[in-house]
Amino acid sequence: MNIASPASATTQVANAPGSRAGLRDKIAIRNLDFFYGDNRALKSVTLPLYANKATAFIGPSGCGKSTLLRVLNRMYDLYPGQRATGQVIFDGQNLLDASVDLNLLRARIGMVFQKPTPFPMTIYENIAFGIRLYEKLPKSEIEGRVEQALRRAALWEEVKDKLNANGLSLSGGQQQRLCIARTVAVRPEVILFDEPCSALDPISTAKIEELIDELKADYTITIVTHNMQQAARVSEYTAFMYLGELVEFDETNKIFTSPNDRRTQDYITGRFG
Amino acid sequence: MNGSLYSARRVRNGVISVMSVSATAIGLAGLAMILGVLLWQGFSGLSVSVFTEMTPPPGAAGGLLNAIVGSLIMTGLAVAIGTPIGILAGTYMAEYGRHAKLTVVVRFINDILLSAPSIVVGLFIYEIMVRPMSHFSGISGAVVLAVLVVPVMVRTTEDMLKLVPDTLREAAASIGLPRSLMIRQVAYRAARAGIVTGVLLAVARVSGETAPLLFTALNNQFYSTNLNAPMSSLPAVIFQFALSPYKDWQSLAWTGALIITLAVLALSITARSLTATRKLQ
Repeated sequence: MNIASPASATTQVANAPGSRAGLRDKIAIRNLDFFYGDNRALKSVTLPLYANKATAFIGPSGCGKSTLLRVLNRMYDLYPGQRATGQVIFDGQNLLDASVDLNLLRARIGMVFQKPTPFPMTIYENIAFGIRLYEKLPKSEIEGRVEQALRRAALWEEVKDKLNANGLSLSGGQQQRLCIARTVAVRPEVILFDEPCSALDPISTAKIEELIDELKADYTITIVTHNMQQAARVSEYTAFMYLGELVEFDETNKIFTSPNDRRTQDYITGRFG
Repeated sequence: MNGSLYSARRVRNGVISVMSVSATAIGLAGLAMILGVLLWQGFSGLSVSVFTEMTPPPGAAGGLLNAIVGSLIMTGLAVAIGTPIGILAGTYMAEYGRHAKLTVVVRFINDILLSAPSIVVGLFIYEIMVRPMSHFSGISGAVVLAVLVVPVMVRTTEDMLKLVPDTLREAAASIGLPRSLMIRQVAYRAARAGIVTGVLLAVARVSGETAPLLFTALNNQFYSTNLNAPMSSLPAVIFQFALSPYKDWQSLAWTGALIITLAVLALSITARSLTATRKLQ
């Protein structure tokens, strides 16, 4: 594995905004720039993501919050002409290094997308598939892991009698929970949520938010959201981004009650964006 | 509102509508007449002996067994050779080389090949296979059909894989799936119905090819499964028998034409229903 083991995980960010005692950085982003071709979409972003906390990225469309999220698992690497410079320290190693094994990295930093993306296979296979990638387990154990993952995603009761049905036959909200189960089954350390509820109805949204809250016990969560109430509900820390810059990073409570920056205040009170 | 402008537009609309409908009717009428004559002439000669006996000499009774078997062998072999090449090339173009210059070049050349007259392909295989071997053969017939299968498969594979949303690729990558596995386990699965449809359409395309077979497999009035010898095929027999002055040969040619048409029709319907189920998902 090209990424150091979790043992060497504590990396402090000197002078990072919002750096605090008693919190462990799971990921430390330092002076991160991102380019789509010549277009600079992120401008020198420095930000910690604390272990076992949920951090929300908010900001108007095009501010770079999704771009920032997609740097964290190197998703942008799938496309030519996109590049990142700076440092993203994950367990002591810069994950922007060319030597990082992307498949292993993504197995450790999972991602849930805006639209539900179940694979065109059965509900069971959707989850077992990811488990078998990195672990050789007997069938009974895989079945256990599948059940565990589905329970974790609060989907087990709804699908336990139809595990062999196509994943695409589920409703949108169920599909999204299936995707969360699939991500959880691989046992990542960090889960990135890219507007996970934007295609869902309010009831499904509430379920997913509840789920994110529970997942914090075991995972470090990062969530991009357009919905400020959602950011307030699920996250402990919030980063407000504007035009590719990190304007303000602080406890969610602070951001939503007494932000330091004028732009943050304008945004959360709905004056723009 | 300007009444005269509006009524002029209505008149134009009426004229164009009538023209469109009559154009459609003319096209459909032609098709109906072809199918009608084919059914009328073909069914009268259809019997068990068509599928159990060899092509006869003029004036004797016989069937089309050698031609049917020859067509099945050469088409089957052509699909077996052409499909993997086409799928692999299409996969490169849609997945690994999506942004590569090579893909643009390959796509351009493939499109030319797709619309190249099959007789030219037949001459090409005649030059590189039949002349060096100095005799016609079933295998050169299969190769020429394979060359016609490849561009169809390249095109459908690329198109179908491009229909697989990038979000699915990202989802696969996000659980640490290497690209090769993503293609095999996720993209192919999502595009399966479309690619199978492509195979069926390729079979439909080549099963009626006559000209390239006349340069390669030629024909054989006896039953033969020897790939190194001339091989009979339905289109070649139809060509030969339909041009003959003998009534019983002409009748067999009609029956052969009916068999090909029904087979292609069945393939097209299967292809259509496969595509339909894919859309329903």
